[in-house]
Amino acid sequence: MHKNIILCGVGGQGTILASKLMAAAAMSKGFEVKTAETIGMAQRGGSVFSHVRIGEGLKSPMIAPGKADIIIAFEPAEAVRHLPFLKEGGTVVASLAPIFPVSTMIGDSSYPLEEVLQQLKKSVKNLTLIDSEAAAKELGSMKVLNVLLLGAAVRTGELGLELEDIGAALHEKVPARFHELNEKALRYTEGKKLS
Amino acid sequence: MHREFLMGNEAIALGAMAAGVRLVAGYPGTPSTEVLETVAKRNPGNIYVEWSVNEKAAMELAAGAAYSGARAMVTMKQVGLNVASDPLMSLEYVGVKGGLVVMVADDPGPISSQTEQDTRTFAQFAKVPVFDPSSVAEAYEMIQEAFDFSEKYHTPVFFRCTTRVDHGYEAIQVKDAEEYKNVPMEGFVKDSSRWVIFPRLSLKNHGLIEKRNQELTAVLSEYPRNAIQRENGSYGDNAARKGIASHGISYMYALDSLDEENHVRLLKVATPFPFPEELALQFLEGLDEVLCIEELDPVIERALLQICGKHHLNVRIRGKLTGDMAAAGENTMLSVGRAISSFLGLSEESLPKPADIPLPVRPPVLCAGCPHRASFYAVKQAMKGKKTIYCGDIGCYTLGNAMPLDMCDTCLCMGAGINIAQGVGHLDKETKCFAFVGDSTFFAAGLTGVVNAFYNQADMTLVVLDNSTTAMTGHQPHPGTGRTVMGQVVEKVSIEKVLRAIGLTVVETVNPLDFKQARDTIQRVAEEPGVKAVIFRSPCIAVTKPAGHSAVAAEKCVGCKKCIRELGCPALILKDGKAFIDASLCTGCTLCEQICPVGAISGGDKTVASSDCPRTSASLRVGGDRNA
Repeated sequence: MHKNIILCGVGGQGTILASKLMAAAAMSKGFEVKTAETIGMAQRGGSVFSHVRIGEGLKSPMIAPGKADIIIAFEPAEAVRHLPFLKEGGTVVASLAPIFPVSTMIGDSSYPLEEVLQQLKKSVKNLTLIDSEAAAKELGSMKVLNVLLLGAAVRTGELGLELEDIGAALHEKVPARFHELNEKALRYTEGKKLS
Repeated sequence: MHREFLMGNEAIALGAMAAGVRLVAGYPGTPSTEVLETVAKRNPGNIYVEWSVNEKAAMELAAGAAYSGARAMVTMKQVGLNVASDPLMSLEYVGVKGGLVVMVADDPGPISSQTEQDTRTFAQFAKVPVFDPSSVAEAYEMIQEAFDFSEKYHTPVFFRCTTRVDHGYEAIQVKDAEEYKNVPMEGFVKDSSRWVIFPRLSLKNHGLIEKRNQELTAVLSEYPRNAIQRENGSYGDNAARKGIASHGISYMYALDSLDEENHVRLLKVATPFPFPEELALQFLEGLDEVLCIEELDPVIERALLQICGKHHLNVRIRGKLTGDMAAAGENTMLSVGRAISSFLGLSEESLPKPADIPLPVRPPVLCAGCPHRASFYAVKQAMKGKKTIYCGDIGCYTLGNAMPLDMCDTCLCMGAGINIAQGVGHLDKETKCFAFVGDSTFFAAGLTGVVNAFYNQADMTLVVLDNSTTAMTGHQPHPGTGRTVMGQVVEKVSIEKVLRAIGLTVVETVNPLDFKQARDTIQRVAEEPGVKAVIFRSPCIAVTKPAGHSAVAAEKCVGCKKCIRELGCPALILKDGKAFIDASLCTGCTLCEQICPVGAISGGDKTVASSDCPRTSASLRVGGDRNA
């Protein structure tokens, strides 16, 4: 198996924990894993990414443009920003909830949400969009968006991992009092019809 | 041995521990910080670890340990090396007894630094051998070899990584604590002919260093991590006419970009100084041209050019100097892949194009509720209509330059803002000069600047942004925090008392989240003559719990957008023409409540300020008449 996975979003959304969960799950199945991510600076509010590579004989931890099997985007504009990394026919799982940066709020840049969503629908064949605001309401927290998206990504079959693998990693890496909530988030998309 | 999924910096720390390191000191700086943190966290119990006030202090501490025969490591980022360069340059002349590794993290890009300086070039200047790993797994092994090497040749050595190795993750095999090396330590033995650097000793040692480094080109040619690979297609045949020379993460990008059909010879350079000359000669034999793929300076390229010149080799060396590779910036899979395709005459894959819709610009910003925002805003409002200069510094608060705050007119290096403000003030009496410095930076590099400004009669306002931690690099303790990285609770160094001791008579401490007090204090203090200080003290939002969040009463909000336009807080957005607060981001700092002209925002809880942060401007004026 060889999988190139990109996680992207906004600093503070939990992309790093998500990539660690994925790495732990892959390791437990005996795969080699290499990852690289944005750390440092005050990355809160900035664009962030993680590259996760699973397989054998990996060299670089970074993924070349056009080589990602799947992009897991925590924010729709960040999904579009990272589309050049997606391979032809690749999969995207993205949250629908926009995060408007300060630059947009004070009029220094624009965020054409409709065009962003259109672009995703136009250029990605295997697209799963998650109404994360509705999900957060139902789950009672926005803090588990990362695990929710992982669950949805597992469902696409593109990660080569099972929900149980991620679940086991969760139990190892997340404090016990959050297990139930995370477990619910992981299985949130199960049985739901997704766009 | 066991298997762990480790960050490069964690692997380096575990490698140093396996090598028997006994003292680790450093100053936090991305991307180096996690090395020391990991040693502190996983200390088997016999390692002394500290965050020193700056890199110079850390380097001298490590020198002391190495003089005593212990293995020591000092960690920093590339700009920190400049601060440590004074002791290091001399230390290379004096030499060491115990192994001393200077771990420096370079930041191509640069992703979070002021410069793109290359520690490999610094190594040539300092005459210090340098090790340059290309993966997390290699970094773990190589740092152990670096300690052995340092001890064997009585020299400090650089262990230089770049961001993608420091912050890359890999599942690797590491030693269990029982397998760690135990290096016996003799203790310091007096010998002034060895440890005291007099000019005569310097001259003698300079000669010896040059001779040794020349000899090391042969020794390092045998070092297995410097290697010629022919595995791609031309394995076993020496017929390849083209070569690629690379290092570090770029070497991995090159390996990933090549496939079986490419007939090319590869040189991996793990010790760029002293350069493995004999190995390079073998590599160059029979080649027509070589592409050097490296990050930052053309170190390998220059070395190969020199070897070609010295040995009259007719090999064309290409790279940064010939415009084949970018002179600046980080290498990527894309840039390396393209350079190799062009060099080998391969057709390039067509790549998906970026979307042609405008995407929002999303740089990092001050966090919602960050006390620095309140401090900047208070100074900005207090100085409205006046000619000012706001000299910034290195830390989260450099982000104060972003719109709409726009409160950082200069930023040079750690501690520089204080004397830049002094310099402007001496020549331009009309300008109100301000210097902003964080609490950690104050101790690291600000103190001497304040002494200089005070003694030389500057006219400026020093604003210490004290959030009780070193926030930008991940909340390391410093002398103002009252705890050490080893977990001890210790006496704090008081910024107020230090400033008073220097001689400043106007030193006020204010909670910046109390807007009116903060603004009025600045207005008053800025009018005083000489060097005066305001300490804005309120803890970083990441080290305190948020306490209730503010909310906008939509029926009261008139949609003037003042809060959004003036504060630039990420928790404040516009929804249906009215201000709206994202409850998941808001920390209840109440700054927006205090500036809303119609009182539409409420609910925040100012008690986010901890007990030692005054809620109001309790003036801490001590020492009598400030003009005395």
